[in-house]
Amino acid sequence: MGAGAMALPAWARGANLHGGGTIRAGFDEVSGRNIALTIGEGPRVVQGRRGHAVALNGSVPGPLVRLREGEPVRIAVTNTLDEDSSVHWHGLLLPFQYDGVPGVSFPGIKPGETFVYDIPALRQHGTYWWHSHSGLQEQAGHYGPIVVEPSGMDAVQADRDYVLLLSEFTPLHPHTIMDKLKKGEGYFNYQQNTWTDDYSLSGEDRRMWARMRMMATDILDVTGSTYTYLANGRGPEEGLEYLFNPGERVRLRIINGSAMTFFNVRIPGVKFWVVGADGQNVRPVEVEEFQIGTAETYDIVVEPTGEARTIVAESMDRSGMAVATLASCPGARTAVPPLRDPPLLTMADMGMNHGSGGMDHGGGDMAGMDHSVMGHHMPAQGATADPMAGMDMSGMNMRDTSLLPPNVKVGPGIDMVSMNPVDRMGDPGLGLDDVPHKVLTYKDLVALEPNDDLRRPSRSMDIHLTGNMERYMWSFDGRKFTAVSDDPIRFAYNERVRVKLVNDTMMAHPIHLHGHFFELVNGAPADRQPQKHTVIVQPGGSATFDLTADEQGDWAFHCHLLYHMHSGMFQIVTVAKPPSAPDVKRVGED
Amino acid sequence: MRLIVAMLLAGTATPAFAQDHSGHAIPAAQSPAQTECEKEAARQTAMGHPVPEGACAPTAQSAPGDESHAGMDHSQMDHSQMEVMDHSAMDHSAMDHGQMPAMDHSDMGGMDHATMGHEGMQSSGQAPLDHQAMDHGEMDHGAMDHGTMDDGAMDHGTMDMAPIPQGPPPASAGFGPPRAADAIWGADAMRASRDALRAENGGMSVFWFQGDRAEYRAREGGDGYLWDVQGYYGSDLDKFWFKSEGEGTFGESPESAEIQGLWSHAIGPWWDLQAGVRQDLTGPERTHAVLGVQGLAPYMFEVDAAAFLSTKGDLTARVESELDQRITQRLILQPRAEVNLSAQDIPELGVGAGLDSVELGLRLRYEYVREFAPYVGVEQEWKVGQSADYASLAGEDPSVTNYVVGVRFWF
Repeated sequence: MGAGAMALPAWARGANLHGGGTIRAGFDEVSGRNIALTIGEGPRVVQGRRGHAVALNGSVPGPLVRLREGEPVRIAVTNTLDEDSSVHWHGLLLPFQYDGVPGVSFPGIKPGETFVYDIPALRQHGTYWWHSHSGLQEQAGHYGPIVVEPSGMDAVQADRDYVLLLSEFTPLHPHTIMDKLKKGEGYFNYQQNTWTDDYSLSGEDRRMWARMRMMATDILDVTGSTYTYLANGRGPEEGLEYLFNPGERVRLRIINGSAMTFFNVRIPGVKFWVVGADGQNVRPVEVEEFQIGTAETYDIVVEPTGEARTIVAESMDRSGMAVATLASCPGARTAVPPLRDPPLLTMADMGMNHGSGGMDHGGGDMAGMDHSVMGHHMPAQGATADPMAGMDMSGMNMRDTSLLPPNVKVGPGIDMVSMNPVDRMGDPGLGLDDVPHKVLTYKDLVALEPNDDLRRPSRSMDIHLTGNMERYMWSFDGRKFTAVSDDPIRFAYNERVRVKLVNDTMMAHPIHLHGHFFELVNGAPADRQPQKHTVIVQPGGSATFDLTADEQGDWAFHCHLLYHMHSGMFQIVTVAKPPSAPDVKRVGED
Repeated sequence: MRLIVAMLLAGTATPAFAQDHSGHAIPAAQSPAQTECEKEAARQTAMGHPVPEGACAPTAQSAPGDESHAGMDHSQMDHSQMEVMDHSAMDHSAMDHGQMPAMDHSDMGGMDHATMGHEGMQSSGQAPLDHQAMDHGEMDHGAMDHGTMDDGAMDHGTMDMAPIPQGPPPASAGFGPPRAADAIWGADAMRASRDALRAENGGMSVFWFQGDRAEYRAREGGDGYLWDVQGYYGSDLDKFWFKSEGEGTFGESPESAEIQGLWSHAIGPWWDLQAGVRQDLTGPERTHAVLGVQGLAPYMFEVDAAAFLSTKGDLTARVESELDQRITQRLILQPRAEVNLSAQDIPELGVGAGLDSVELGLRLRYEYVREFAPYVGVEQEWKVGQSADYASLAGEDPSVTNYVVGVRFWF
């Protein structure tokens, strides 16, 4: 991809980098081997709503950091806030001390201080992003895109190359959001079931949910009731457009830089190819929609036709959307489709997976699976036509803690235990299993280039994702970070481990491991398991990855839903390299 | 171009890649109107790479789906190493392996196929296994790696069927707290940020104050007022909890007023155990020890139940329950019940042993915002048993109907 191919729209170019005052929407670009970034703050207005922003170089999102594979970079970050800050380079492989997590990798950047991230020659290319790892600054606008150009020719060739960074704006202070979540379950949910709703829930279903003290409408914790969803910092009415000439191939680097939102991304009427996931090339998959979890990235290639096409990024709970337009000439628009009906949690999301359409034996990890209790003669049924599928729920124990392994701490922080946490990497995501078109799933992802570590994992481990909706507690293995801050998850250097994430909650969690890529055990051949830095674990289900722990140091490991992390769903992964251990060839090294 | 050519070759050389085997029962569905080569060509086009004309000419390669397994000879299959796999009852009678050119079961460690009927399947010397009618309709084999199996002489002898063992990290993973950054930045430099990290990720405390009922009560014999507030400060599991409630008639001194200070500890996902002190502020002032539970019962009933032991030795109890019924997203109907009990007669308080009083209320509130919701409602109070007699003796009506208007708020 040539530099000229990055045809940024006019509003994203050439503005004052350090202008005080109001924070701008959209981003500039910084590149080269020495980059300077300044963390500041200021008022921000989105579609007439006012808020307070923490922003880098005066814009939200902050500048696109354009790097080059094989080249080192020094990034000097100056903090002008009156509190500590940081920049985490999400998805970059680098020495842990420059990973940017205060309290794990470095002390943080004090007010008035400039910290230099001295990053050696990059070992990767692709689409990534950066954001604050201090407090809740990310919610306030402290994030931006990263594009690492390949050292050779890009496997993906396109006429236009655009970044689409999805995020949220709220006039609320992030601490206020945290406070409301702690105090009032469903505070932001104005799609709850009521006497007058249109949900296809029978009276029996409603009583069952009430009996469990859960809400079938608990799809996202923070919703469009406070968020305006943003495309490159622009609200849906603020007209973000990407220009194209008919016949051109457009590459969109889609980054979910939100704090709390999964998006369903589609371009109504247009099929497109997914060519990259979390910055790694994948064999192109043709789809019409995909769900992107917080902190994930997908690269797509689309050949738009007609005068204009609308890119819709609908929040998973369908309480709002971010909108952009592929326009063949400035100002060209097509209709924006209305929000679809909000989805409901289903049996599968409670960890009872026998009744829903595709019994899913995927993930390659069928170890110890006992088929003796599974009826294999179930008729195919619409997965969500009736969310409860007539199951008799009476007498079912939604919190059978005897199902948990002994290392999970049972206590008030666990309000549910998945009864049958099957692999759900074949799921398109909440609310998308009944749409009439092809939706991407993790099982569609196949690495384009072969992986370099084909060893069979020497051990496996399960990590349970645990929580309590009512108390808004979130944790791994029943322990908040406060309980395990001195007890990290340890891997031996260069150890290859199969990690199964078991979701004992009814929320989807995007789990992110810093400093590494892991391979989804998604059914792709062993040498083509797709590499990711963030994996969604569907409610009540599991997801499995193989990890080669070849990046020494301490690394953050957490749910990337900001308020889940802030509530305790955070751990440190320690990869200890004894001095005697030889260096191994790592990802991206020759 | 070298890369492009390499990718094209790589693509065509690995035909069965992400092939979805979920449709075993319907081989026709996979029958390629589009050959794998053509699919690959489409992918190459998707990435922007030119695909030469005729790259997928019929002679270039045979589509994998065309390979017939009808005469698959399993006589070379050696299952002797399949330690854990139990196929004793596997029913493969409807399985069509016609689309499975290359099977590798290496990831299926520890699979228990106890109920799958494999009747007739023998380990060796077996005539071609008939997989023609096997029905795996709901089974998703997407995760099986079928990429490396050799059609001709299937040798399962090398298959590693053992599950990957669960286990702790090896000793070389080290031990102790995570302190890698100390070696770079120094322990002193790291300390403050480490403390902050712990506080920020799960260590927060919350202050909450709620006016559950703050209302004007219209009734026969003089309108009155009532407050019922509570709040807490603390962490997820341990909180200081305070409560106050009282009522009276305008123009008179309050009929009752009390305040409680409680330590509250989570004893389950939905329940807190509360213990502390209650001070009565009216009438014969008394102090009580309090032991209770507060939380959310099945069917979403908010429950607050407590026993009180006074400094006079009197034992009483109170159980309150509320249920929010959403009519719309903001209009909420809230039935409420309260029962007061006593272990003994307390004549100076007008309380009789047993059931003392019962209150049933119904309030309709509108949440302008979650934190602020005015309401109207009605509440019926009955004195019961001996307490009713005490009330009658005092010239009071043991049964009172209140028409209430008030506000529910929290912050």
